[in-house]
Amino acid sequence: MTSETADPALEQEFQARIDADDRIEPRDWMPAGYRKTLIRQIAQHAHSEIIGMQPEGNWITRAPSLRRKAILLAKVQDEAGHGLYLYSAAETLGADRDELLDLLHTGRQKYSTIFNYPTVTWADVAAIGWLVDGAAIMNQVPLTRCSYGPYARAMIRVCKEESFHQRQGFEAMTVLAKGTPAQRKMAQDALDRWWWPSLMMFGPNDDASPNSAQSMAWGIKRFSNDELRQRFVDATVPQAEFLGLTVPDPDLRWDEESGHYRFGEIDWDEFFTVMRGDGPCNRQRLQRRVAAHEEGAWVREAAAAHAAKQARRTQEVAA
Amino acid sequence: MTEGSSFTSAGGHGAVPTTDVPVDEGGFPGSQPLWEVFVRSKRGLSHTHAGSLHAPDAHMALRNARDLYTRRQEGVSIWVVRAADVVASSPDEKDAFFDPAGDKPYRHPTFYEVPAEVKNL
Repeated sequence: MTSETADPALEQEFQARIDADDRIEPRDWMPAGYRKTLIRQIAQHAHSEIIGMQPEGNWITRAPSLRRKAILLAKVQDEAGHGLYLYSAAETLGADRDELLDLLHTGRQKYSTIFNYPTVTWADVAAIGWLVDGAAIMNQVPLTRCSYGPYARAMIRVCKEESFHQRQGFEAMTVLAKGTPAQRKMAQDALDRWWWPSLMMFGPNDDASPNSAQSMAWGIKRFSNDELRQRFVDATVPQAEFLGLTVPDPDLRWDEESGHYRFGEIDWDEFFTVMRGDGPCNRQRLQRRVAAHEEGAWVREAAAAHAAKQARRTQEVAA
Repeated sequence: MTEGSSFTSAGGHGAVPTTDVPVDEGGFPGSQPLWEVFVRSKRGLSHTHAGSLHAPDAHMALRNARDLYTRRQEGVSIWVVRAADVVASSPDEKDAFFDPAGDKPYRHPTFYEVPAEVKNL
């Protein structure tokens, strides 16, 4: 691999390729900062996927019907798959899988704040599919055209699968919203709980995101946080209206002139509190992940022992 | 961790920090080898690279590949190859390596002029 010390000619060639909307592939020369930025982003994206299995996994045994249970199982399995696609993409940049997991388990790398909120009723599972996966799709679709080939290809796969996630959530939400008064209330409560955290998923306002410009120049990020958030609000408010539910924002209004919904201030203190580790479920999520990893150690050891035994036998037969 | 100073957003499934996050510390020897996965999506088509995964041996790699890359009937056949066994051309030698084909446009049918009145050529 070529050295990543600053080399104006190589740097120029690299940037020209990005500006021409061409893709960077693993063995190409790339600036050290580009490599680092991508490893960090892809790894934390992967962590978000696998931690994201927990809030919904919490309801697999209590799904209200066999149909819902089968759907939820498939969805949670998809999240595991998305995590694996992404860890593989990070490894093409020279990261190590075990090391990335260690960085997650020791809290040095983070995951999306959204997964530190609890799923207190079945309606939360519906709301996650509809809102959280809906917000994720808004973020992830532009990433299918990201300048780094392996990340873009992983995102194409993820986005294909993610649309089922959002639809099943909206369908489950529809059943509740059109159901008994108690079910309606459950649906509204879930929307009240998940609306603002979903808007926070797009990250701080543009004027508070100093690194975004570099990511844009590198073709990693294509739209600003506020642009994507606006798209999400514009797409989702009519869906809430269809459900007959009320978006918990007294400042929300349609702005005829701009053709967009205007919405209230986001409570960024809450966002930073959750990111720092003091959200409702931070400790529980991480403990659960570490426990799953440690309790699964014997499986990895057994698989390695089996592989070693098979390799020995093959050698003996050949000898 | 405060707004602006040590945190900006990036990430697909929700915002995550982009500063004060270590990315490579080294010293973690991989416990399971990496495998490249190739999937034939249907009969009549060749196997295409789908991605990679970790597994202790070829048998487990195939099973993992089935669960990871064909959850929606994306394939009728899978190959797994140890990533360490793949021999690749290096982009550094791109020019010299692919140059021989660069000056041979006569290998393409569009190189030749065909009179308008001549058919079936």
